[in-house]
Order: sequence, then structure tokens, then C-alpha cells
Amino acid sequence: MPEIKVTPLGAGQDVGRSCILVSIGGKNIMLDCGMHMGYNDDRRFPDFSYITQNGRLTEFLDCVIISHFHLDHCGALPYMSEMVGYDGPIYMTHPTKAICPILLEDFRKITVDKKGETNFFTSQMIKDCMKKVIPLNLHQTVQVDDELEIKAYYAGHVLGAAMVHIKVGSESVVYTGDYNMTPDRHLGAAWIDKCRPDILISESTYATTIRDSKRCRERDFLKKVHETIERGGKVLIPVFALGRAQELCILLETFWERMNLKAPIYFSTGLTEKANHYYKLFITWTNQKIRKTFVQRNMFEFKHIKAFDRSYADNPGPMVVFATPGMLHAGQSLQIFKKWAGNEKNMVIMPGYCVQGTIGHKILNGQRKLEMEGRATLDVKLQVEYMSFSAHADAKGIMQLIRMAEPRNMLLVHGEAAKMEFLKGKIEQEFNINCYMPANGETETVTTNPSVPVDISLNLLKREMALGGPLPDTKKPRTMHGTLIMKENSLRLVSPEQALKELGLNEHQLRFTCRVQLQDPHSDSDTLHRIYTHLKSVLKGYTIQHLPDSTVMVESIVIKLSSSAEDPNTKVLLLSWSYQDEDLGSFLSTLLKKGLPSGLC
Amino acid sequence: MKLYCLSGHPTLPCNVLKFKSTTIMLDCGLDTTSVLNFLPLPLVHSPRLSKLPGWVSKDGTVNLEKKELLDLSTIDVILISNYHCMMALPYITEHTGFTGTVYATEPTLQIGRLLMEELVNFMERVPKAQSATCWKNKEIQRMLPGPLKDAVEVWTWKRCYSMQEVNSALSKVQLVGYSQKVELFGAVQVSPLSSGYSLGSSNWIIQSHHEKVAYVSGSSLLTTHPQPMDQSSLKNSDVLILTGLTQMPTANPDGMLGDFCSNLAMTIRAGGNVLVPCYSSGVIYDLLECLYQFIESASLGTTPFYFISPVANSSLEFSQIFAEWLCHNKQSKVYLPEPPFPHAELIQTNKLKHYPSIHGDFSSEFRQPCVVFTGHPSLRFGDVVHFMELWGKSSLNTIIFTEPDFSYLDALAPYQPLAMKCVYCPIDTRLNFHQVSKLLKEVQPLHVVCPEQYTQPPPSQSHRSDLMLELQPPPMPYRRCSVLSLPFRRRYERIHLLPELANSLVPSEIKPGISVATVSAVLHSKDNKHTLQSVPKPPPVPPTKKRKRVIEEPPEVLAPKPLLSGAVPLEAFLATLHKHGITEVKVEETADGHILHLQAEDTLIQLEEDGTHIVCDNNEPLRTTLRDLVLRFLQKL
Repeated sequence: MPEIKVTPLGAGQDVGRSCILVSIGGKNIMLDCGMHMGYNDDRRFPDFSYITQNGRLTEFLDCVIISHFHLDHCGALPYMSEMVGYDGPIYMTHPTKAICPILLEDFRKITVDKKGETNFFTSQMIKDCMKKVIPLNLHQTVQVDDELEIKAYYAGHVLGAAMVHIKVGSESVVYTGDYNMTPDRHLGAAWIDKCRPDILISESTYATTIRDSKRCRERDFLKKVHETIERGGKVLIPVFALGRAQELCILLETFWERMNLKAPIYFSTGLTEKANHYYKLFITWTNQKIRKTFVQRNMFEFKHIKAFDRSYADNPGPMVVFATPGMLHAGQSLQIFKKWAGNEKNMVIMPGYCVQGTIGHKILNGQRKLEMEGRATLDVKLQVEYMSFSAHADAKGIMQLIRMAEPRNMLLVHGEAAKMEFLKGKIEQEFNINCYMPANGETETVTTNPSVPVDISLNLLKREMALGGPLPDTKKPRTMHGTLIMKENSLRLVSPEQALKELGLNEHQLRFTCRVQLQDPHSDSDTLHRIYTHLKSVLKGYTIQHLPDSTVMVESIVIKLSSSAEDPNTKVLLLSWSYQDEDLGSFLSTLLKKGLPSGLC
Repeated sequence: MKLYCLSGHPTLPCNVLKFKSTTIMLDCGLDTTSVLNFLPLPLVHSPRLSKLPGWVSKDGTVNLEKKELLDLSTIDVILISNYHCMMALPYITEHTGFTGTVYATEPTLQIGRLLMEELVNFMERVPKAQSATCWKNKEIQRMLPGPLKDAVEVWTWKRCYSMQEVNSALSKVQLVGYSQKVELFGAVQVSPLSSGYSLGSSNWIIQSHHEKVAYVSGSSLLTTHPQPMDQSSLKNSDVLILTGLTQMPTANPDGMLGDFCSNLAMTIRAGGNVLVPCYSSGVIYDLLECLYQFIESASLGTTPFYFISPVANSSLEFSQIFAEWLCHNKQSKVYLPEPPFPHAELIQTNKLKHYPSIHGDFSSEFRQPCVVFTGHPSLRFGDVVHFMELWGKSSLNTIIFTEPDFSYLDALAPYQPLAMKCVYCPIDTRLNFHQVSKLLKEVQPLHVVCPEQYTQPPPSQSHRSDLMLELQPPPMPYRRCSVLSLPFRRRYERIHLLPELANSLVPSEIKPGISVATVSAVLHSKDNKHTLQSVPKPPPVPPTKKRKRVIEEPPEVLAPKPLLSGAVPLEAFLATLHKHGITEVKVEETADGHILHLQAEDTLIQLEEDGTHIVCDNNEPLRTTLRDLVLRFLQKL
């Protein structure tokens, strides 16, 4: 039995360093190659030694697919391709290919230049790695090799995020990456067709959450920001440079416009303008509304949002600052947080998920005293708000995707074990399919049951379809007979006659002849007619003919009559049939031996 | 499989392919050359034009190349190859009962929409006091002056569509990406491939599991802005339909671009204006890019460039957002992120300005000498008409024709006498005959179908035998209204054996490397997909009192036995009979084999090379035993 194996090297019952290995139809595929934000040691990257102990991965992997540009999905890519060693194809969408190297470079700078780590990938490695990338277009079917094909679908999570359909023969797997089933202010909703994969590998970040309507969340967010500004406080919104940042910028921009607010909004890092430029050039990846109006008004040209300078953090008065990174684990957002944490007038709004181990995660769990480097502690007095703006599907969305794709099996990654467990139960109950949730390094094996594609001769098919009629009887299905010829790699189904001809074989006729004696005091022709009438009444639905040369034919079985010389009342019936009519012939000879019923006229 | 050819224009094709059970329209180009028969539509009333003798009253109509060759409402899908080849779409989708889907790439849809919008705008902003149709009557048409009197089928000339019709037509478009596989009714798969000619332009593959038709329309191998042509996917097609070759087989696009720049510079230096009648998308991007590099070296830095069209802004903006559809160089610019086309910089530095029309801002900001890009290339409508009137009288000015669709002499006719200089630099990047023969050698289609124009040299250059297709086997030519039977022999169809059935098959090797298995199965056909599944076991007969009757039920009609093959060897058969207790066998040799007389059982078995005949009376158990013994020696098919 063919089987598909799935092994998460990262994101198995966890969020961070997504990296999932899939073996399907003899092909090995790596889905995502991310880093873990919660660790600074070896655990930061997936454990590639699982694939091979010694050296390069090229010969073990047929391709690598990156779903989107978030570092927990692509952060280990240069390490994997340049330091461990992989020269095969890497697939990602155009926006991901454009933005991914910038984020990697940022990540490298923070790690190497600021933290002083060595033995990390270099700028050149990022460039070399990106040279191996083949861009993917949405819905394009990419033939990785003769057997393996992949197709990307819109995932909506961030600009350029994609789900991938991986197919070998009639087996297939869908990997969702991160996705969002509800359109927002700048992106559309994820969509996939009814592709019925053998396994659907889905993220499950919000496995147990069913989020209230987006409108409420937005109103809540704006209210909190507004209140803080009104009382002269400062609002810090830690974000990643691309993604939610643009969504919240659009939201605040329109709010500021409508309310005529004057408090400054800043966006940290030089990436802003660049980021917005990407959104402008890749406008086809945003939602319908933005796409339609972009000629008149580009949504990514902000009037109220200005670039942030480090010195502004000490300015008096209210302000709103978007700062990177989003989980408060390093960089500017952490610096500003330290500055503002002591004042209860201020507020930090965490708009997205925070990985375990990050400061973001700690303060969200209510920790009010933080241990910082050098044994210093930080009292957190400012208000901490969590507002789920990260564009992940919630439980409802995940179920919706399952309904869309109709998978035969479900596999959850990118979530916390306890929450997964809950969702797994729900899925198994509602869809009656198996749901798996392997931990990192655990392999899940799913046996598939693919049908076998065969070429049928058109003559046979047409004949069969004509005989079956336009509305075949489902209760009494017609059986079709054919000969399957297996030659080299081809499988052809033809009619038996054609098979004989093609294989150069002669047909062997097997015939049977059987004499049956019958007592019937009638003239020969009357007896024959009586036989005819009798068979007619017994064999419904058969072609029965009474031929002038004193024979009766049932289908192709010949019944001849002669009377015995001694006794004219003893008739001799000669039945003759070929092996193809064996069932009927045998039945007839038995039937006629019993004689004719007396009631016949 | 049939091909209905609705258009005779080789670069504005409209063909309908009937393939398996689907009816597929390939492109619907709009041949607008008939507008040359009409007077220009001036934006401002022109006493001169209205006094010109010998021309019929302006009507603003266009010619639709279609004929009632087949019922257009039966068309299932329309495949569009590029935005120039979809201009007749509203005529097809709106008034024929069409209920199908149109497939096109995103740039094709967006830019096609702009071109249609522009056309409608050009027509509608100059409302006509009266429109004449009576002249289309044959009797009257006969009396009209040439060339109108010789025009064929003027009754197919139609009024331009409205914006409402455009929107409705375009709402039927379903977007596709290159190499996306689209299933049509489960019977056919279609897939667009990059054709390298314009943004989002595509060739199409139409295939089933065993047949492949390639539709090549408007392709280019030159490196301009679009993604390069995908040639390898065209390989192994049974039929290749070839349309949209260059209309200027003798003009080299690079040379023409050079001429364009030098003539432009010369005129400006002499203090004249340059008028470039052009479409608002396509070659204009390349012209602007070329000028961007040329401006500095030719010290044209201060000359204003104007692009006037109701869709000028949209066209320039849209060109920047289709990174996926651009050539590699332009894609890498987007990654930086920078706009892929340099006209963004021309606009930013105020060197290039765009206006929706000559009215409004343009009239106050306009400075001479300048370069104006504007439509329509036929010089019959659009803002270009105004510039012809304005600049035509001065020999300092130059008009440079770059679009190859219209004869420039015919286009200029109503403006004669003309003092302005006139330069003809047609730029047509589509495949020329040399490139296409190389391409065909590469992709090796079994048959080529093409417009008849490609099978002979152009009439004006009848000695140039290099300006035609020469192929072995010769291409099948088509002309307008012809119906071709495509040389296909469909012999196989894809079917799926369900796993349960596949597992139950017992293959036996007949010859080395060839195995056969008999398949008895139930056929299921749904949505043109066929599957075979195992014959369901009959439900167990309920034990009723009438059980006896049940046994007497005649066998199912529909259960024939397999065919047999091979021969029964005498010695081995005798040995087998012996083993089964049949010992008294008298063997008699005949001409064709042997007759075995089983004396104890009074039964005859006639063994021959290609047949066995068992004659056995009144002994059913014996007969079935003998049958099974014979079967042991035979192969079942």
C-alpha cells in the first residue's frame, strides 16, 4: 500500500521554526524552514540532522517550499541551504521572494551585529540562498520534476502568503502555511478548490479561539488607543515590519482622518517606506477593494504616519508608535517598551501571537516583574492589552477550510498541544476523518488508496456507455468485460477481441453440443413452437427467435429438433452453444430435460 | 474534431474548436480596418472635414468578423490570448445567448478593459447627430463610390458597444495564471502559456490525456518587457494552430526603434512637434523606455512628452503592478523594490505628463515643441484627429507611425494635402517566418493549421518565398468561414480502476514483458470522468419458501464468459483425463486434429488447433468436468 509520511522538525505541537518533512510517492519535500523566536541556542533552528547525519541535504530533498516571509517560516533557510548544504530548488511566491531576504538580513544584523554571535549565516549566504529560489505564481502548476507537481493558493495571512498543493500521481498533500479565512483591510481571504488531498496539513494557532467579529475588535482597539491618547499616554504597538503593521496603519490612518486627531503616529525602522513600496508594487496580492481603487488612491500612502526617530521616545505628550519586532524579544520595540513600562498612563497593545519565552509572551501572561539582562528587573506598570489581529484562521476558519478542500486526513501543526487536542476532537467528530498532531521528530504515516489510471480503448468505452444507456440502473449495474494489457509501463484496457488481435493470438472456440430427449405427442413444428412459447415465458429479457429452418435460437444458442425414427412422439433436441454462453446453455439443457409443461398451447 | 474559422484576419483571429464534447472559442479579435472607410471624428467641429466630397457620413462603426457559421450560444468557453484579441468580446457574450466562461490572465483582462474603455470613450464623447444604415442595403451600396462599394458584407459592420456591455462582458472573465490547468467539464484541460508578446499574453494548450492541441497566437521571441515565451510546453502537440505572426515581416523592430528615435530627435531639434498615434498599452511602454535612455544623449531633457488618452494614467499605473508577468530583469527591479518600468521616473521628473484628453489641464499646460502619444492609430477617432488638424499644415512637424495595424497611407487619406512629414516605423515584435520555422522544428507538431495568408508570399512581394510557411507535411490553410476537420484519431480515453478492483485483478504473462488480466467491472461515468469498480456481490437470497423457484431463475443476460486462446495439446489432455478416471479413450485422427471418443461415457471431444467441441448428452456433471479440464489448457481474455 502506498503511504505518505509527515514528520515535523519544527512546529509539531508548537509555534515557531516551522519545518515539516513530507514523503509522498517517493519524493521528499521540506515545507518551510523557520526559526524559533523563543530560543537563542541550537533549538533556534530545526534539527536537520534528522534528515541526514553527514552533510548535505541536496540528495535527500526534492524541493523546499516556503509559505510566507515570516521568520518562523523562512528564518533558517540560509542556514539550511548554505551552512548545512542544499542546492535543489526552493519555491516561494514573488512577494515572499522579494521581502524574505530583507527580513533575513534584519534578523542577521540583530543576531550578529548587536548580540555579537558568530557562526551565523552571512549576507552573502542570504544572497546565494535566494539565487536558488524559483518564484511561484498563484494557481500555476509547477512541475518540479516529471512526477512531482505543486500549485500555490492564496492564503491571505500576509502579503504573498500561499498554501501549497503537492501532488505525485493521484496522491496529494496540502500545506496551508499560515492563513486567514476572513478578508481584512488590506488582504483577501484564503481560498482553495475542492482538491480532496490525502492529507491537509493545517496551522492551528487559534485552534480553540472563535474570534468575535472583526468590526468589534477594531472598534475596541481604536477605543483603547483613543483613551490612552486622550489622557496623554503613549501607545506602543509592537509589530513585524510587514503584515499586521500595514493593516493597523490603514485602520489608524482612517480613524485619525475621521476624528481629526492630532497626536503623532510613528512607525519605527527605515523599513516602513520600503515595506509600503512592496505593497504598492504587489498590489495584485491585496484585497479586491484596494486593487480596484489603486489608480485613484493608493492605500499605502499614509498622511498621518511618519517615520520614527529614537529620540522621539522621550518626547512629552501622547503618541502612537509602531515598533518592530512584534514579540518584544529584541530591537526597537523592546527599547521603547523598557522606557515606557514604568508609567501606568502608557499602554502596550500586542496585536499578535507571542511565542513562549519572549517578553511579549510573559507580559501577556500577567507577569509584572521582568528579569532583564544583567540581573536588572523591570516593573511593568503600563497597561498591557492583547488584541488578536494576527491574521490566522480561528477554529471556525479551520473548519471552513476543511469543508473547502475535503481532505481524507487532517494533520495539525503550528499550535499548542492542548489546543490542538481540542480541535482534533472536533474535527474527528464533525468530519469523521482521522486527525493527527505529531510532535517534533515524530513521523505520522498515512496509507493512501490511490486508484489506478488506465487507458481504455474508445471503442470499448463507447460501446459500453451506449449499452448502459443514458440512465444506468443503479440496482442492476451492468458488468463490463475487458482485457487489461500490461506492457512496459502502459496499462491499456481493450475488448477481449481486440486484445487477441493485438497480441497476435488465435481464438480458441470451445463449443458444447447436447442432445435432449423429449416426450411430446405433437407434430415436429408444433413441438418447436411449444418450445419457443415455453422459453419465451421463462426467459424474460432474452432474444428468442423461431427460425424457418426448424430451429429456435436463444441469443446465439441453437436448438434443433428432430423426431426419433422409431417413436414420433420422442423428439430429440440438439442444443449447441459456445463457451461464452456457457451459463445460459447449461441452464437451457437442464430446463428442457424436464420436459414441457402441459399447459402450453 | 473540427475547427470553425470565423475571422480571416491572421492577427485578429477568431476560431472555434470543437474538441471532445466541448466548444471552445479561441480569441475574438475585432477587425477595425473598416473604420478607414469613414471620416475622422473630430473633437472640434472642422469645416474642412465636413466639406470633403466622396465620403459617406460618419458612422463610427466597426467590423465584426463573424458569420452565422455556428450557433454562438453553444460556445462553452472563450480563451483569450492577449488584450488585442478580445476587443470583440461584448459582441459575442452580450447578444448571442452566450452563457459560458471567458478565460484570460489578469493583465489581459485589466488592459483589455482599458482599451475597450478608451474605444467607447472615443466614440461616445463625439455624439453623432444622425447615423445612417440604409447605405448598407446592397442596392444602395452598389452605387456608392469605391472602395466602399467593394466592401464585403457591410451588414456585419456594427455600432461600437457601450460601457455597460463592456462591463457585462468582462464580468464573465475568469482569471487564470500561466501554466494553470483548468478542467473543462472533466473532458478537456486548458492551460495558458506565456507567449512573450505583451503583458499577460498567452498561447493555449488544449488537451485531454491522449490528444493535444496547441494554439499559438501573437507570440514573440524578442526581449521586450513581458515574460519570455514558453516554448517547451508546446512540444508534442498533435495539432498546432498558428496565428498572429508579424504583420511586418520585413521590418526589424530594433531598426525601427532606432529610426523612431532619430526622426523624433531631428524634428524636435528643428523646432517641430512629433505626433505618435498609438494604442495606450503595449509598444508604448517600450517606446517610453527607449526614450528614457535616449533623452539625455540626444539632449531632449527639456522637451515635454505628453501621453493623452482617457486611460493614460491607468495604463501607466497598471504596467507597474504586474511583476509576475514581466521579464526577469524587470522582476528583479521589483524585488528592490523599484518600479519595473522607467516611465515612473519620467513622470516623477515631469518629463512625461499624461492627460485624459486635450481638454482641461492639457490645454493650459501644453508647450511646444513637444512629443504627443495618443490614439487611435487609425486616425479616425480619438485625440489624434485634433493634432492632425493642428499640426498637419506645417512641414516642421512629423507624424511617426509605430502601430502596424493600419495602412498609413489609407489612414492619412482624409487629411491630404498634408505638409507635415510622415515617417513609417511599424514595430511588430511578433514572430517572423524565420523564427516560426525554427520554433516549429523545435516543438514538432504533427500538423499545423494556419491562415491561408501564411501559405503564400504576401501579394506585394510575390517573389519572396521566404515570407511564407514551408512545412512537411504542408500546413492546413484556413480562410474566413472555412470549417476544417482536424486530423485526429482518438483511440483511447483515461479511466480509473478503483483500488479494490485493481487489487482483485490476476495478471498472467502471455509473452515476455506482456501480461494480461481479464477485467469484469461496473463502469461509472460522471462529469466525463470514468471509473471502474468491482462488480457488487449479489445480495444474499433471502431464504423463502419459494426457494426452489429461485434456483430456476435464468442466469443474468449480462455475464458473458471471457474469450479463450491457445490450443489443447493431445497428450497432456489425455493424461489429465486419465488422472480424472477417464481411461477408455479412443483417439481418431482427422484432417484438422483429433476426435476423442470417451467410450464408457459415450461422449465425443473434438480437438482442433483453434477449437474444441464437446458432445455430451444427458450428463451435466461430466460435461462441466470436461469443460474445466479443457479450460486448464487455455488462456482467458
